[in-house]
Amino acid sequence: MGNILIIAEEREGTLRKVSYELVTVANEIAKGLGGAVEAVVIGNNVGACAEALAKTGVAKVYSADSPALANFAPEVFAATLADAIRKAAPSVVLMPATGLGKELGAKVAAKLDWGVVTDCISFQVEGGTLIFKRPVYAGKAMATIKAKALPVIASIRPNIFPPAPAESTAAPIEKVEVAAITPRARVVEKVKKEAVDVDLAEAKVVISGGRGAKSADGFAQIREIAKMLGAAVGASRAAVDAGWIDYSTQVGQTGKTVAPQLYIALGISGAIQHLAGMSSSKVIVAVNKDPDAPIFQAADYGIVADMFEVMPVLKDELKTVLAEK
Amino acid sequence: MNLVVLIKRVPDTETRIQIKDGKVVTDGIAWIISPYDEYGVEEALRINEKHGGGKVTLLCLGPEEAKETIRKGLALGADDAVHVNDPALLGGDASVTAKVLAAALKKMQYDLVLAGKQAVDEDNAQVAVRVAELLDLPCVNSVIKLDFSDDKKSARCLREVDGDRDVAETSLPAIITAQQGLNEPRYPSLKGIMGAKKKPITDWKAADLGLDPASLAPKLETLRFDPPPARPPGKKIPGDAATAAKELVRLLREEAKAI
Repeated sequence: MGNILIIAEEREGTLRKVSYELVTVANEIAKGLGGAVEAVVIGNNVGACAEALAKTGVAKVYSADSPALANFAPEVFAATLADAIRKAAPSVVLMPATGLGKELGAKVAAKLDWGVVTDCISFQVEGGTLIFKRPVYAGKAMATIKAKALPVIASIRPNIFPPAPAESTAAPIEKVEVAAITPRARVVEKVKKEAVDVDLAEAKVVISGGRGAKSADGFAQIREIAKMLGAAVGASRAAVDAGWIDYSTQVGQTGKTVAPQLYIALGISGAIQHLAGMSSSKVIVAVNKDPDAPIFQAADYGIVADMFEVMPVLKDELKTVLAEK
Repeated sequence: MNLVVLIKRVPDTETRIQIKDGKVVTDGIAWIISPYDEYGVEEALRINEKHGGGKVTLLCLGPEEAKETIRKGLALGADDAVHVNDPALLGGDASVTAKVLAAALKKMQYDLVLAGKQAVDEDNAQVAVRVAELLDLPCVNSVIKLDFSDDKKSARCLREVDGDRDVAETSLPAIITAQQGLNEPRYPSLKGIMGAKKKPITDWKAADLGLDPASLAPKLETLRFDPPPARPPGKKIPGDAATAAKELVRLLREEAKAI
């Protein structure tokens, strides 16, 4: 049986948390399938990432580190990863189910003619292969997917598994060559974001507003509370369609799927497609004037009230409580 | 430009997904063009409205019932469609679907292929990327703004991925996938709906694509579907807004340990 290979993801020279979570999943899979856990890091100036990865208990780190990888170019990244995978000859490849990870997973899989199970949240080893569970229809249903044979690629949803802790011993780091390709498609410019909002997909706390927020000003108030909690701001489709907030904050089946530790829905009625995008959050709070709003069926804690009456008190209380920390 | 848009028929996003005996119940649900694919259709229409010339062709792999979905795309303004309509080619995984669509595209003429970044049923986010790889086309994923060079030999794409934005350039032909924000899809006009009935839809079977269905072995098998785990019933916090808000913070701190 081959090894378990994780493809780590970095952002501006730092490993993303999901990379450590992949190590945890790989260790579990290796217990059932056998084989060692190895890791790949790919990017420009990723020496520190490779070293951090080497201290997670993996047996070896492959490092593709080159200025040619400074900007994302799918062809170069995928060919380099495919080469690394051929070299490592794993039975399972794990990637993060981020936008980048999903794209690279699909591209590499097409090169190798492998299957990819996208966005897995649990797995079991059975009969020498892997069976995964993953949300489909944005979480309205769960699918159980079996890899008919190994090797297989699985992308793992962030924030589901605990990150592997750092260890004192470091695994060897082996350089791998960057594929010598002149890419036809490539990123030429990174766009600086105007707002320093927290990324919805990674946020531990998400506060979303809906029709009840009434205006862009309503969202300004939501943002104040979000800031106190280090939370990302989300929105329902109604609020986005009304133009009160950018579409990129939309949570739901046609927006972002989120699963934070805490989701606070303010003035959101809970359309089916919105519920699909947030109902796997750990703790859900709903504030809505309408006691029959469907959002209350998904909520752990509900308050039947106008969100504008709740927000000021919430802010004061949070200030007190957070100061106690 | 000649543009091909990959579209998939999916349950309406306002549909509750019911599961029976491990399968999704499809009776009586409303079907739509997957919303991200619809951004692709809209963008294709706008490209040709702006630059003139060329055709917008829809390409759909799906059962006979997908004709209705294809007609919806034609009603929006697409010129014609190819329906890969062969039960032997359905029910595969993303690797199989990509091979089928790639085989169909090999028979078509295009300057650019548009698709959604993912379909909103299986949420695999694989097919368009795989098709690009199989056809050796460059691919730019998750695009929210698309412009072309004057000679139409390259495209400049604003992308939104993982909360970040960047600009990617690609030579054409290419496959570009649409993210929410690319455009605001139009509604079909009455004239469009009437006209759609007369627009040509070509059916292709496996043999037309030179494919042997038996050789398209899926790598994955869907064993079953289940409803998502039920959430324990929540509680409504009594009292007026102020009292309840105070109690909420206490509960989040002490009971849920969420803040």
